Amino acid sequence: MRLDELEKAMQAGELGAPLKRALEHQIQVGEFFGAADFVPVTQAHIMADTESLGEAGVAWLESLADEGAKVRVPTITDPRGTDFAKVSVLRHTEHMLGLERRTIEAFKKLGVLMTDTCINYQTIQSPARGESVAFGDTGVVIYANSVCGARSNYEGGPSALAAGLTGRTPRYGFHLEQCRRSTVSFRVNFEPRTLNDWGTLGGLIGRLAGDYWQVPYIEGIETQPGSDALKHFGAAMASFGSIAMYQLAGITPEAQSSPSVSHRIEEKDVRALAAAYASEREIDVVVFSAPQLSLYELRELAALCDGRRFKRPLLAVTSPQVKPDADRFGFTARIEAAGGHVLAGMCFYQSYAREIAEANGWRRLATNSAKLVNILGGYGYVPLLASMEQCVDAAQKGRL
Amino acid sequence: MIYTAKHGIGKAVCGEALVAHDGFSARYDLDRINGVFSRPTHKLAGHSYRGKILILDTAKGGVATAWMLHEMAARGVVPLAIVLNSVNPILAQGAAFGGVTLMAGFDGDITAHVRNGANVALDPAARTLRVL
Repeated sequence: MRLDELEKAMQAGELGAPLKRALEHQIQVGEFFGAADFVPVTQAHIMADTESLGEAGVAWLESLADEGAKVRVPTITDPRGTDFAKVSVLRHTEHMLGLERRTIEAFKKLGVLMTDTCINYQTIQSPARGESVAFGDTGVVIYANSVCGARSNYEGGPSALAAGLTGRTPRYGFHLEQCRRSTVSFRVNFEPRTLNDWGTLGGLIGRLAGDYWQVPYIEGIETQPGSDALKHFGAAMASFGSIAMYQLAGITPEAQSSPSVSHRIEEKDVRALAAAYASEREIDVVVFSAPQLSLYELRELAALCDGRRFKRPLLAVTSPQVKPDADRFGFTARIEAAGGHVLAGMCFYQSYAREIAEANGWRRLATNSAKLVNILGGYGYVPLLASMEQCVDAAQKGRL
Repeated sequence: MIYTAKHGIGKAVCGEALVAHDGFSARYDLDRINGVFSRPTHKLAGHSYRGKILILDTAKGGVATAWMLHEMAARGVVPLAIVLNSVNPILAQGAAFGGVTLMAGFDGDITAHVRNGANVALDPAARTLRVL
């Protein structure tokens, strides 16, 4: 890779050992993908839940922090692995909480802002068109590339932190114009009505599109989606297909018509994907998470909870930025009056999902998140996908 | 038989192949404590991956694999190497961070060319996969 003077100084160790290691890691990845040089980034976003890090990852972060490393561009965090205010609900162990505390301390020493959110494009700062960033959550990356027209690859935790430290990332993939053009085209004869419709459609497109390097072009949808709809649409597409960018005709800024339609999607195809998860009707827990809920989703949920009393736990997970507003506007109180719980700063699947299932006797889980049902099978859950209203009904009746 | 990859990272290794035409994500597909594929719908569900050369179709899912390969390597419950038809940045970043050998991008479907249980030798520097 071609290096500028600052990068050469970093590589030579003139700016300290942590920067030297960070840049060398980035060069290794950049050369793997044939990057010619680096591109400056304006911000970085780090996924680093402690289930993923484990003891080894936490110790590595602490070591880096003890060496005095500091991020040089605004660097924020994806959800943490717990909500310390709701430990009694989740039943996290002291070992898990200890890892979380150590990780938070290490990140603070590194100068990282503990935003703990996977909806930073709704809560912190949405990137502008053409802005190169280093984002580390698939849902965040696909939203930034597709809806905002910003530029990011998937940056795993170590690489996102490296980008925060060096202020740059290797120029490959979605930083390059030629990788952002549509590669596969979809004609959709279905109008999504609910967030789970959007998520299921996104999941189906992701599954059909195939891999990270595909950019689906989607036409035929007349419904005007809002930010929450596109949030679920993209997060599921990324989850099912490892897709980092899509183009939605008439909606996203870089949408260009594709030469021919590769796939046609009917309503029955979308319903079939959702139905594939409905192997049981009884449920143990209802979860709204993945991505974290916006203020508007919590508003809708609060209205659905009014006058109910839940038989099963209902968990609604949001960001630390949204939670105070949900408290101020009474949404939290209305959800919790029905027996639900509003959690902040975590995400369900990033919070030791297997262990909290065993601790709480949760196996059959209802959610409106297509992304969540795609993930949880591997953690031993039987996930069920339904609308927010159906999930709230299920919390009240114990079955979908 | 020798196959040539477009991408390679890590040290040369030799071992038993565990092959399926399916995706790979450490978070979505694995019980990392016990070292087995745990997603019920995965073609390798129930199979141990410890010390094996995984030969799969494509990288799937989220970003957690970048940390998880490092964590798995630290406990010694990790594949010897990962070989994919198509790779995403997370697998490359995770392999670089965790010190796991990774190769990807072949002419044709590599999962159709290597028999499950075959002994294979990987040389990432030369970009070659050799069936022994």
